[in-house]
Amino acid sequence: MPAEPTLRDRFKEGLDAPICLTWELTYACNLACIHCLSSSGRRDPRELDTAEAKRIIDEMVEMSVFYVNIGGGEPMVRTDFFELLEYATENNVGVKFSTNGTRITRANAEVLAAMGYLDIQISLDGADRVTNDAVRGEGSYDAALGAMEHLSAAGFGPFKISVVITRQNVTQLDEFQALADRFGAELRLTRLRPSGRGVDSWDLLHPTTAQQRDLYQWLMAHPMTLTGDSFFHLNALGDPIDGLNLCGAGRVVCLIDPIGDVYACPFVIHDQFLAGNVRNEGGFAQVWRHSPLFTELRQPQSAGACASCGSYDACQGGCMAAKFFTGLPLDGPDPECVYGHGETALASQKVVLGRRPSADHSKPGAISLATR
Amino acid sequence: MTTSGVLAQEPFDASAPWRLSPQVALRDEAFGALAYHYGNRRLIFLKSKEVLEVVRQLEHYDSADAAIDAVVGEARRPAYRRALASLERSEVLVAR
Ligand code: SF4
Ligand code: SF4
Repeated sequence: MPAEPTLRDRFKEGLDAPICLTWELTYACNLACIHCLSSSGRRDPRELDTAEAKRIIDEMVEMSVFYVNIGGGEPMVRTDFFELLEYATENNVGVKFSTNGTRITRANAEVLAAMGYLDIQISLDGADRVTNDAVRGEGSYDAALGAMEHLSAAGFGPFKISVVITRQNVTQLDEFQALADRFGAELRLTRLRPSGRGVDSWDLLHPTTAQQRDLYQWLMAHPMTLTGDSFFHLNALGDPIDGLNLCGAGRVVCLIDPIGDVYACPFVIHDQFLAGNVRNEGGFAQVWRHSPLFTELRQPQSAGACASCGSYDACQGGCMAAKFFTGLPLDGPDPECVYGHGETALASQKVVLGRRPSADHSKPGAISLATR
Repeated sequence: MTTSGVLAQEPFDASAPWRLSPQVALRDEAFGALAYHYGNRRLIFLKSKEVLEVVRQLEHYDSADAAIDAVVGEARRPAYRRALASLERSEVLVAR
């Protein structure tokens, strides 16, 4: 008799509506982080206007999407940002938005503190100025800290400090925690992926195997840390980290980008993972429920080279985006496989070279990795 | 995102009347339902259609047990009391 399907098995078959819906409001950004997952910088002229954006929120209400993760680009540079925020929260669509903090002035912090159903994530990629600014650009540390001061002074309550773990900042976990404690904030650590401009900065930034083991131990010792479910490839090391622990792309996760394109996940902005556009007939619901790509992702997936690994059930072969943009087969080990199988595969001749995001909105002449 | 709640001081009282928290929204799914708590921002999974139906019926009965009996029958009380107790710890259910 086949075993009763687990909740995770059911999630892999897809849901009526996403659990983790990311909506990037704009590709415009006033910073130029070297690992930006969406290669943001310039506004796309095809960007959804206010009326179209509100129609997406209406759809979320119809589909019972309880909350949406808003990002970008820098979402706060949209002139209708507060209008959209209000429209969503008034319609019981909770909002969690990610920001670099540059636009959180004292006055804006007061407005935000007065709104309900709102979470804010301030991005910070170093516990000190030097480490952070090397990735996020000069002045970004002070801007993020300033935003935290303003939110705290305005009585916003517990915001989140969101850190992408890198080789350079993985040694600062206790300092990040101390910073969060200082503001009564929650610490959120997420995994770096070779997506967007991260394609070029991955080799420089991604943590070593030894660092990943330390990170896993730290997460085990600090179970209240938020992780956005992003480190499940480390579950091969032992007890699972709290979360759904699966690649949710197209199953429970998806991205609506600033021009309405729907991708399987925020980390796979590439034609191969483009499911449709909300501007087409049937809107977002049609894409989520019936697009051929999402239907296909909800079919049983092959474990490929991971099938013989005793840790597959825990690790699930890791992250599809990380495999894709490093040129690895999707049904095989993650580039950061804790047993080093990913590295072995990368060193072989079987890697597909040169996979890059299909959309690049980097500012021309933006400081590139090489010159920083 | 988690299915575990804080341990309650009091055990779940199945002889008392309960209801779905007004702060919680439900969404039907093939496996059961998702429950989202707008106050503590938690997502909770109702792992079967029957649990969902018991939760929906709670407000129409004088006790949790009566709702369980009506939806799935008295014989299955223990399992459903456990499920409701866990939902109460996650603040999905509130006393009436
Ligand atoms: S071989 Fe595959 S399943 Fe096993 S630990 Fe590595 S990535 Fe995970
Ligand atoms: S592709 Fe990676 S980041 Fe995207 S849902 Fe899957 S595991 Fe998560």
